[in-house]
Amino acid sequence: MITVEHLTKCYGDFMAVNDLSFQIEEGHVYGFLGPNGAGKSTTMNIMTGCLSATDGTVRINGCDIFEEPRMAKKLMGYLPEQPPLYMNETPIEYLKFVGAAKGLKGKELAQQIEEVIDQTKIGSVRNKLILALSKGYKQRVGIAQALLGNPKVIILDEPTVGLDPIQIIEIRDLIRQLGKSHTVILSSHILSEVQAICEKVLIIAKGRLVAFDAPENLEKLRQSSNGIDFTVEALPEETEEILETLGISEGYELNEVETGLLKIHVKADTDDVRSVCRQLFFAFSEKQKAIVEMASKKANLEDVFIELTEGDDSLEEGEVEKE
Amino acid sequence: MIAVWKHELSGHFHSLTAYIFSAFLLAFVGLGAMLYNIQSAVANFEYVLSFVCLGFVVIIPILTMRVVAEERRQKTDQLLYSLPITTSQIIIGKYLALLIVYLAPLVIISFYPLIFSRFGEVYLLTSYGAMFAFFMMGAAFMAVGTFISSLTDNLGFAAGIAIPVILFNYYSVSLAEYVSSTAIGSAAALIVAAVILGFVIRHLTRNDRLAFGIGAVLSIVVAGLYVMDSAAFEGLLPDIMKKLSLFERFSKFVNGVFDLTGIIYYLTVIAFFLFLSVQSLEKRRYN
Repeated sequence: MITVEHLTKCYGDFMAVNDLSFQIEEGHVYGFLGPNGAGKSTTMNIMTGCLSATDGTVRINGCDIFEEPRMAKKLMGYLPEQPPLYMNETPIEYLKFVGAAKGLKGKELAQQIEEVIDQTKIGSVRNKLILALSKGYKQRVGIAQALLGNPKVIILDEPTVGLDPIQIIEIRDLIRQLGKSHTVILSSHILSEVQAICEKVLIIAKGRLVAFDAPENLEKLRQSSNGIDFTVEALPEETEEILETLGISEGYELNEVETGLLKIHVKADTDDVRSVCRQLFFAFSEKQKAIVEMASKKANLEDVFIELTEGDDSLEEGEVEKE
Repeated sequence: MIAVWKHELSGHFHSLTAYIFSAFLLAFVGLGAMLYNIQSAVANFEYVLSFVCLGFVVIIPILTMRVVAEERRQKTDQLLYSLPITTSQIIIGKYLALLIVYLAPLVIISFYPLIFSRFGEVYLLTSYGAMFAFFMMGAAFMAVGTFISSLTDNLGFAAGIAIPVILFNYYSVSLAEYVSSTAIGSAAALIVAAVILGFVIRHLTRNDRLAFGIGAVLSIVVAGLYVMDSAAFEGLLPDIMKKLSLFERFSKFVNGVFDLTGIIYYLTVIAFFLFLSVQSLEKRRYN
């Protein structure tokens, strides 16, 4: 559906996007994840033809965005980070303009406007000035605009930024709905959001793609950070002895809270953290040492994100200096 | 293009700009007609138009300042870029909407000579010839204003630059008599212009090498030509200032000459500045 190859964008000496390549299949919700300034918006702006690239190509259904912009743009609906709304117009007037600019006419235009108003639930404000609408409604009008012309791909740049929790839930539901009939790409720096809506996640940092997978698979990537925290009534020497019988001789931390009470963190390089919990429990209970608190910790997308984006940091120290 | 044109037109009439523009233009023409045609009992309506010309300094920027700058200010330019339309279509659509807004009061004004002709002999041909030229001149200034508006996202700045540009154009002929007409003076002025052009290019492209290159090459060319043939520079600066004046061309029409070269001159100015506006929009894609 969308093929991005070796995309590079430089602002003077600063590389905002650095040799980015990926492919997007039809009919999924994709999440573009990265810290602020990672190049998410830049990439989306290039993909939608708002910005030129220094190098590389973007093809939508085979249409090159730089060579055949008209064809390529017809296949996409785009909501930039700040919804591009004319404040002194009503949603109806605004949608009429965007629809006409997308080549819709007469009955078809009127019908599509009704459809997107229905989909985004902005019927109640259709004749109010956009200026007077709440942020959530403004965002909806922005999404409605992107939906006009029935594009195959909908690209949303941080669609939930600045909304209140209820509005966020509503917009997420809307995006999920859209995902059923369109390919949706959304960017965000909020991990839980991407985890909640997206089927595939692209993580970018410093303009580079550092991971591209389903959220569950990305979590597996970070099995190494799975671990168990527990508190036991024992002395350090006794604890070390017990752990050794379990074959754990390193990769743990002991922390004496008070005499005879230890806080311990054990790493568990496996997906099955529970079995390690079980072993620990029986080993300590056999020696009459009571575990008074225990919690297993599975890595989540957040950890993956931090490791991947920070790992990149050290990797590209040289280039950062250049910037 | 039609979508942009319609949208822009409704935008002008939604906001007050179109009404303020029309009101000012009608007021100026009314005042002129009062002074010349009624009080002084002169039958030439073209004198009124000539009198109104100075009003362009105020009314053109009112209309053109928001054309592109407003899109950038409220970030709707991103929408325009992402729509399946070209930047040329955007600029031409917007420009045509400006022309319609400009034509509306002119249609009313076009009845004035007819009304006056009921009370005496009015030179209708000259009147309407001058009115056509008046329209063309305003259209040319609107192209200039559109370009200035495309350079910034600040409406005040867009108007603030357009006003002195038109004012300078208005007085350039009278100023031409005061500037140095010596060869060395003209050459120096041209070099200064080349350096200023370099700075403008640097501001637009943020490309030091290109800006410096163009500024330096033009300066060297001017200096070289001056060394080769300094006589050619005699009186060049005032000449150029007169040639650049859009108002000067208009005065021919007021004097009863339907000057085709003037019309072609206006058309060239329009095409040139619309082209620059498109480039200015295109350039935003690159940085």
